[in-house]
Amino acid sequence: MTTHTENTGRPISPAVVVLAWLWVLVPFGYGLYQLVLKIPALFGH
Amino acid sequence: MAGFLERERIVAPPGWSRWLVPPAALSIHLAIGQAYAWSVFKPPLEKGLGISGVASALPFTLGIIMLGLSAALFGTRVDSKGPRWAMVVSSSCFVAGFLISALGLYLRQYWLVVVGYGFVGGIGLGIGYISPVSTLIKWFPDRPGLSTGIAIMGFGGGALIASPLTNQLLSAFGGSGANPNPDGIGQTFLVMGLIYAVFMSVGWLLIRVPAPDWKPAGWDPAHAKTGSLITTANVSARNAIRTPQFWLLWVVLCFNVTAGIGILERAAPIYSDFFPDATSPQALAAAAAGFVAMLSLANSAGRILWSTTSDFLGRKNMYRIYLGVGALLYLGLTLLTNTNKVLFLLIAILLLSFYGAGFATVPAYLRDLFGTYQVGAIHGRLLTAWSTAGVLGPVIVNAIADARIAAGVAGPGRYTLSFTIMVGLLVVGFVCNELIRPVSERYHEPAQEQPGTRTEARA
Repeated sequence: MTTHTENTGRPISPAVVVLAWLWVLVPFGYGLYQLVLKIPALFGH
Repeated sequence: MAGFLERERIVAPPGWSRWLVPPAALSIHLAIGQAYAWSVFKPPLEKGLGISGVASALPFTLGIIMLGLSAALFGTRVDSKGPRWAMVVSSSCFVAGFLISALGLYLRQYWLVVVGYGFVGGIGLGIGYISPVSTLIKWFPDRPGLSTGIAIMGFGGGALIASPLTNQLLSAFGGSGANPNPDGIGQTFLVMGLIYAVFMSVGWLLIRVPAPDWKPAGWDPAHAKTGSLITTANVSARNAIRTPQFWLLWVVLCFNVTAGIGILERAAPIYSDFFPDATSPQALAAAAAGFVAMLSLANSAGRILWSTTSDFLGRKNMYRIYLGVGALLYLGLTLLTNTNKVLFLLIAILLLSFYGAGFATVPAYLRDLFGTYQVGAIHGRLLTAWSTAGVLGPVIVNAIADARIAAGVAGPGRYTLSFTIMVGLLVVGFVCNELIRPVSERYHEPAQEQPGTRTEARA
């Protein structure tokens, strides 16, 4: 039985891997930045 | 030809990079982790619809209950149908939850928000939470703690993104402030649903399962890390729940989560009660918010940091740290109270990092004990411990604190008893972890003929 896959067997370009990571790291970095902004208030009073 | 969602359709060919799998998993977990930011919706819903605090918490509470139930009920199907099916179902339910909630707000029918976000969206939470776990473990047999730590850190990190995003959307649509417009809150739900639909689609488009004969380049299973608890056999989900190991681990997870929630649930009031001296109420509120933010960061960082460490130190040793050191830290918090703020902060950071790590390390612990065969389904069943702890932790801390406040107790004394109970629970968890032994052979699946292994081209 043959199985259809969605891939041609060509090696994945490193650019695709980088883009995939940016897709998740950019919003995560934004959230992290917003969070870190609040921490100084902990030591400011 | 296999259907678009079927496991056979997404078997990775030679040349596929396993480093595409963690971002696929994160696309799901960073989205469903939004659940932890539900509290942002509470004040606008209460003011806009005139509902109570208990009512505004209902969608979240139902969502967490549905998370545990759906993970337990659908775990076996997630393992058999494959991660793309699971991710599409999860995305559909999670996004539908937002869209139904938006409709409910336009129609001023709050029950639609409860059913939409809590029930339908909650099913998306449970299936989404376990959807990438067994796939990650199969792609990273050499680093299971790292791979599942990345994904489960995403669940902790989802609230970091959702919290400011929700605030900004509510503000833009007039859904915040002293008199929030329910239509504006509805528009926020609508836009967030659409954003998550796009964001999560990358998860189910990218996800692949390794070929049965695949292994990482340069990794030899014969030289893989072994220990008395790491099995090469497989146990089905049906058999796993008949083993004492499963229930011991259930107690370990339940009490570890209960102890973490003990601080997380009342983080802002705890800080204000321990360190009430501030130049103004606003400064105290800002400092308490900073404390909550720092705990969120520790929760997320602990998931990846300690889970990765477990690949080197072993899972049982890591839980010895989470539970044993955790008990000592809670004891320290009880004895030190507010005498040293830096020590207080360090202890709280460590405790919350252990809380997150308990979630992140458990899939690899299950793999060690039960093999990879139905680890997703077993993980799903174990998550009922989370649902239980989600009720237990807040009940213990809030009930005792409320009683102390009613009795006129002020300051850290409000928490002495509940922190002492947490020490006891962590000690019980520690003992349960010590009692975990390798699973008896009678629960193992019959051995199958081992096919020849194929080494991946690009690890």
